[in-house]
Amino acid sequence: MKLLGLFNYWVFAVLLMIGLYALISKQNLVKKIMALAIFQSAVFLFFITMSRVDGGTAPIIQAGVSGQIFSNPLPQVLILTAIVVGISTTALGLAIVVRLYEEYGTVEDNEILAMDRES
Amino acid sequence: MTTLLIGIFLLSLLVITAVAIVRSEDLFSAVMLSGIFSLLMALNFFLLDAADVALTEAAVGAGVATVLLLAGLKLTPPTEARGRSLRKLSVAVIAATTLLMIYASFGQPTLGDPNAPAQQHVAQWYIEKTPELIDIPNIVTAVLSSFRGYDTLGEVFVVLTAGIGVMFLLGGGRGKPFSRLDSRVEEGLSGHLIPKVMARLLIPFILLFALFIQFHGEYSPGGGFQAGAIFVAGIILYSLVRGEGLALSVIPPRVLLWMSAGGALLYGSVGLAGILMGGQFLEYSVLADNPVTGQHIGIIVIELGVGLTVTGVLLSIFHAFAARD
Amino acid sequence: MNLADHLPALQVALPLLTAPLVILLRNGFLAWLAALVASLASFGLAILLTQAVLAGGVPEYAVGGWQPPFGISLNIDGLSALMLLLVTGASSLGLAGGRLSLRRDIDNRRAPMFYGAWLIALAGLCGIAVAGDAFNVFVFMEISSLATYILIAAGRDRRALSAVFKYLIIGTIGATFYLIGVGFIYMMTGTLNFEDMALRLGEVIETRPVIIAAGFITIGLALKAAIFPLHIWLPRAYTYAPNAVTVFIAACSTKVSIYVLLRFNYGVFHGNLLGHSDLFSVFIVPLALSGILLASAIAIYQGNIKKLLAFSSVAQIGYIALAAGLATQAGLMAAQLHMFNHALAKGTLFLCVSAFVLTSRSTRISNLAGIGRRMPWTMGAFVIAGLSLIGVPGTAGFVSKWYLVVAVMSVPGWGIPLVIAIVISSLLAVVYLWKFVETAYYGTPPDGDVSAMEVPLPLRALIWFAALANIYFGLAPQLPIALAESGTGTLLGGLL
Repeated sequence: MKLLGLFNYWVFAVLLMIGLYALISKQNLVKKIMALAIFQSAVFLFFITMSRVDGGTAPIIQAGVSGQIFSNPLPQVLILTAIVVGISTTALGLAIVVRLYEEYGTVEDNEILAMDRES
Repeated sequence: MTTLLIGIFLLSLLVITAVAIVRSEDLFSAVMLSGIFSLLMALNFFLLDAADVALTEAAVGAGVATVLLLAGLKLTPPTEARGRSLRKLSVAVIAATTLLMIYASFGQPTLGDPNAPAQQHVAQWYIEKTPELIDIPNIVTAVLSSFRGYDTLGEVFVVLTAGIGVMFLLGGGRGKPFSRLDSRVEEGLSGHLIPKVMARLLIPFILLFALFIQFHGEYSPGGGFQAGAIFVAGIILYSLVRGEGLALSVIPPRVLLWMSAGGALLYGSVGLAGILMGGQFLEYSVLADNPVTGQHIGIIVIELGVGLTVTGVLLSIFHAFAARD
Repeated sequence: MNLADHLPALQVALPLLTAPLVILLRNGFLAWLAALVASLASFGLAILLTQAVLAGGVPEYAVGGWQPPFGISLNIDGLSALMLLLVTGASSLGLAGGRLSLRRDIDNRRAPMFYGAWLIALAGLCGIAVAGDAFNVFVFMEISSLATYILIAAGRDRRALSAVFKYLIIGTIGATFYLIGVGFIYMMTGTLNFEDMALRLGEVIETRPVIIAAGFITIGLALKAAIFPLHIWLPRAYTYAPNAVTVFIAACSTKVSIYVLLRFNYGVFHGNLLGHSDLFSVFIVPLALSGILLASAIAIYQGNIKKLLAFSSVAQIGYIALAAGLATQAGLMAAQLHMFNHALAKGTLFLCVSAFVLTSRSTRISNLAGIGRRMPWTMGAFVIAGLSLIGVPGTAGFVSKWYLVVAVMSVPGWGIPLVIAIVISSLLAVVYLWKFVETAYYGTPPDGDVSAMEVPLPLRALIWFAALANIYFGLAPQLPIALAESGTGTLLGGLL
């Protein structure tokens, strides 16, 4: 039971490292952006897992019901902000990739690096 | 127990999808898989009692991010070149870090532990005090827009910065009309009857739903950010099926810029109003004679600001991508 | 209502809320002017806050009227004031001195967006310096990072784009690592407020999640602070950014990450994690030392003056990290002073470089041959700032080098070797700066033309103002010393 209760955190660790692996090993810049999204999503899972309370419900107070157990609202708030930060980074990153393609004619990191070295 | 098992099943799917995204050489498939990844993530959040986050992840991760990636792929090559470089050292570091994190997990409170430190202290205070101090049902909205409203101000500016960046880099604002957003998808959709009819049926509801989420965020999951994202999704769907720049010709780029900047300014001026009325920066209690009413006014106005900025920025971003050839 | 009570909030709100107004402008000059005015006003606020800190301290500011740890607080001590002076000062210097070069780099149509991003970057960095809440630091870190990416991507060379993409990836990894660390601490303490965290960590001392948290936060921030060998994004980003942007970011952006690193490792972990200081020293000091020596050596081989100065920055960040890693009072003093003095010297140097580029249109050292004879005023200022960078007595750089040597000498058993390393790297700094100075004074211009071609008088005056500041703070270093003492007090206060 204790082990099952930690499963979420293991998935967090594994997803984080899948993202990091792809960020390092993949040369395609669009792929790198997707890897960055996986990397960040892992952290979302980490925080939301932390917020869950057994027997609880979403932290919305229902009129006339007392003695409810709520899951923790704070990590949820933090992750709402983090999701927004994530999509903003994705948008900016993609715009840079588009400009890179226009300037270099490729979106493969190693090819861009090679062209940079020549000039 | 059932929920736990469903959760484990969904999480395993999540890992499989992530691996598939990384391995897929066709970037279009990878984008679609990313959408599925976000939906699975949203389901997980829902199971973990995070309704607001689930809604946001679905709207942003599966909706906005997917369309953004498609718009980006329209302008860049659709497949990944073979070959990758990876030093053995970095694989070793990554593997070691994973093991270290799993090792650390044995010192962590387990999922759902009500006695975990995270559930005490500050979080408990929010749950106890929200009815008295803010008096709205959705505690997440209360924390987001009032107790930690300063973070949310920052969040709005993150969105605005992304908009500024995309407009700066892709020279948006004065480009061509919003017509060429991924021609492949566009032709595919406008040529088929069922998606066309379905989309037309859906669009009014999507826009209506967005408005509901905007103004009902204090009572149920939602708020300015989710509303903006859903509203934009509706408009993009419309432009996909109509295949013309009609959707955006209704809102000229300059107006979008004003919306983006105006929303952020609206939020900021609520903050300054707090100072002018004798309180602290972003203190809503002083906005009305009754502190709780003041909180309500503050929250409604800043949520409106968030909604405006998000809608304006996201539409500007899509416009900038679509107008680029 | 007394506006003086709201200075901490206004320090962030002023540049932040001016930015949306700036992007609505249609004229590049007006946008620049608005940004400059906002930046100077922020500098004014920073001076007021500094005075308040020296006069006895600034009370904690509870945003939204919610007391911490429930709401977000803004806390200002000597170290925050020092950072605020650096950030707003560097921004004003970059904007005021960069008018001519920015007009050339950024076309009029896109200029409002650019200056909007500049103000947001400024507001983000100020926001980090005043934040008393760990998650709030993350939010403002992302604001400043995203805006900085835009500023760097504005460079004319296409390599600015590839450099900024790398910076974006590494910066996001760094910020995400930081967020994970904050998550682990929240998991064990239930709070996000720095002071509250420091108190509550005592109860969960030595648990695995807290140790992991310390690791994630330190590595994440080291990535963003470009501590060797995590500096790979820095040289290219500094080199290909527009010259005025380099003045701004080279002076302050990495230092703000070091600031957060100090806040966490001293304000929060120090005294709560057994042996944390030793671990931190063992991790940071060797990296810092290799950074000081290797980056200085690499700088010698650079053919591009901006890249040369960028590698010099990596070495100087090494000094700051070395001093901070000693985990002593003297070390912290030295670290803070060096942040201030290095920002002063590097800001001046990059400003001079931007002036060289205005007239000769190149950053290659070979193309700048003879520039010292053609632009004697600017080159004179460059030499003064260079002397400060080396640490010659009479300049600001000497003061912090002196503090550093004193701090290092007190390390048992390692004092002499560390001093030798500092001396060697200072000599390397002499070599790489001399390489440029020699070419500039004695080299023959590529086209053989040696006629004078100075930049306009206002810019020259500004450059000399910055250069003289390097001498002023060398002869009268009371202000940074007083701020650093106050900062050291809060960093170590109550926990020793």
